[in-house]
Amino acid sequence: METKEMICIVCPVGCRLKVDVDGSKVEVSGNKCMRGKVYGTQEVLEPKRMLTSTVKVVGGNVPRCSIISRNPVPKGKIFDMMNVIRNTQVSAPVSVGDVIISNICDSGVDMVATRSVDVDDRRT
Amino acid sequence: MNTIDCLVIGGGSAGLAAAISAKENGIDQILVLEKESEAGGILQQCIHNGFGLHTFKEELAGPEYAHRYIVKANELHIDVRVETTVLSVSEDKVVRYSNAKEGIVSVKAKSIILATGCRERTAGNILMPSKRPTGVWTAGTAQKYVNIDGYMVGKRVLILGSGDIGLIMARRMTLEGAKVEAVAEIMPYSNGLTRNIVQCLHDYDIPLYLSHTVISVEGKERVEAVVLAEVDEYKQPIKGTEKRFEVDTLLLSVGLIPENTMAEDMGVELSPITKGAIIDHQYQCSVEGVFACGNALLVHDVVDYVSEQGALAGKFAAKYLKEGLTQEKGMPILAQGEASFVVPQLLKTTADESVKLYYRIKQPMKKAKVMIKHQGEIVFEQVKNHLVPAEMEQLVLKPELIAKLSDECVLEVINLGN
Repeated sequence: METKEMICIVCPVGCRLKVDVDGSKVEVSGNKCMRGKVYGTQEVLEPKRMLTSTVKVVGGNVPRCSIISRNPVPKGKIFDMMNVIRNTQVSAPVSVGDVIISNICDSGVDMVATRSVDVDDRRT
Repeated sequence: MNTIDCLVIGGGSAGLAAAISAKENGIDQILVLEKESEAGGILQQCIHNGFGLHTFKEELAGPEYAHRYIVKANELHIDVRVETTVLSVSEDKVVRYSNAKEGIVSVKAKSIILATGCRERTAGNILMPSKRPTGVWTAGTAQKYVNIDGYMVGKRVLILGSGDIGLIMARRMTLEGAKVEAVAEIMPYSNGLTRNIVQCLHDYDIPLYLSHTVISVEGKERVEAVVLAEVDEYKQPIKGTEKRFEVDTLLLSVGLIPENTMAEDMGVELSPITKGAIIDHQYQCSVEGVFACGNALLVHDVVDYVSEQGALAGKFAAKYLKEGLTQEKGMPILAQGEASFVVPQLLKTTADESVKLYYRIKQPMKKAKVMIKHQGEIVFEQVKNHLVPAEMEQLVLKPELIAKLSDECVLEVINLGN
């Protein structure tokens, strides 16, 4: 059995959680509400995070386009995903919500643009 | 000289919301002046998510939140001039600005909304001994280089200050391949949200040194090392507690100051505590027809409230232009006890709708009593749990309560302990 300690981030109370993991059995203590139990269980079984970054833009009025994962992605895959993001470039124009990388690292999650990028009209 | 009804200085969250609101309240001639190459303000570089929970009930990335206001402003045909710098503003509301297309222009504004945002405290503000090597940046400047321009600012990083910008940049630099050695915080508690401490520091095993500060920066051309020391209760470094970190970059996240040089030029009275304008509940400053909102008024931690204030400033500017606003002195609201300030600072008897007061507390408290006192009597009280200085508190005064006030009142916060 393994015990993990963490701070619950669901609300400002910030309960100190103790989560005992025994195979697929998870026991959460220290939580003052049910949401803490859900958070603690998720954190030890499959922690997920939203991922935001930027990709290079070619021919745009700005050099980078900011992106976000449409849903939370597995925490353990974030550095692999950053490698994919680093090697991605897009051409202007880009609209908010455009899929920039689909199904990143086979996570089933798309990375989408969080801003629009216009074609650079100042170039001659 | 051209005359304009409403001139908004700053095209960020506050300025866009103010312009949109003024337009929706019947003002046609609106001009927004923005110094950057696009509107949206600081949100354009805040690529992380978590914005708009109150306004849109979703967690948007900063640029997405900004985008919604930019689209709205476009739909309303609001004139936003980018890459435009305001050169001077006079007491009689003559604004001189310049940009590449128009050159230098003077316009007479009937009303002005100050939405100039805030700026970062720098190394010069915190007396940090060094030979001024390169590699020392404010966290927001580094954020702009990384997120907007796509330049990394260093490989081994130490961050001073554990406010949200410092924490967010710790994660951002790590994701982009840098090694963040430590975050140091002079206070015994972090000024960032717990969520950011967990997701930006704990997730990446970045140590947080509380009650620590930078005592020296080594390196002549480029930062080579940064020395931290623990501080005592008077924030003085304790001998023998020094820790040396070999880093090439020091990021400073040591506070924000409302930008009010233009307000000062106009003779707007500023609060020594918030460093923003002193306003009444209609967001009007000490100069008639001049309004202030957003981070220029007081430094916020949640953008939704910046937009909310912008919308109020725009609404009252429209009211001022159409029917005028009372110019009476107003009743002061003072902050006492554990409350460090309260904004707005003045109430006027004409308040016929609810007034939201914004205040911050001085130290973290598990339980606190918040009171409004008038002529020595408590006219309102509430108990609040889990208050931290990093999160701005709010209190809504109902018109029935305001009607009972005849002079100065006090917002007092008392620590009830555990």
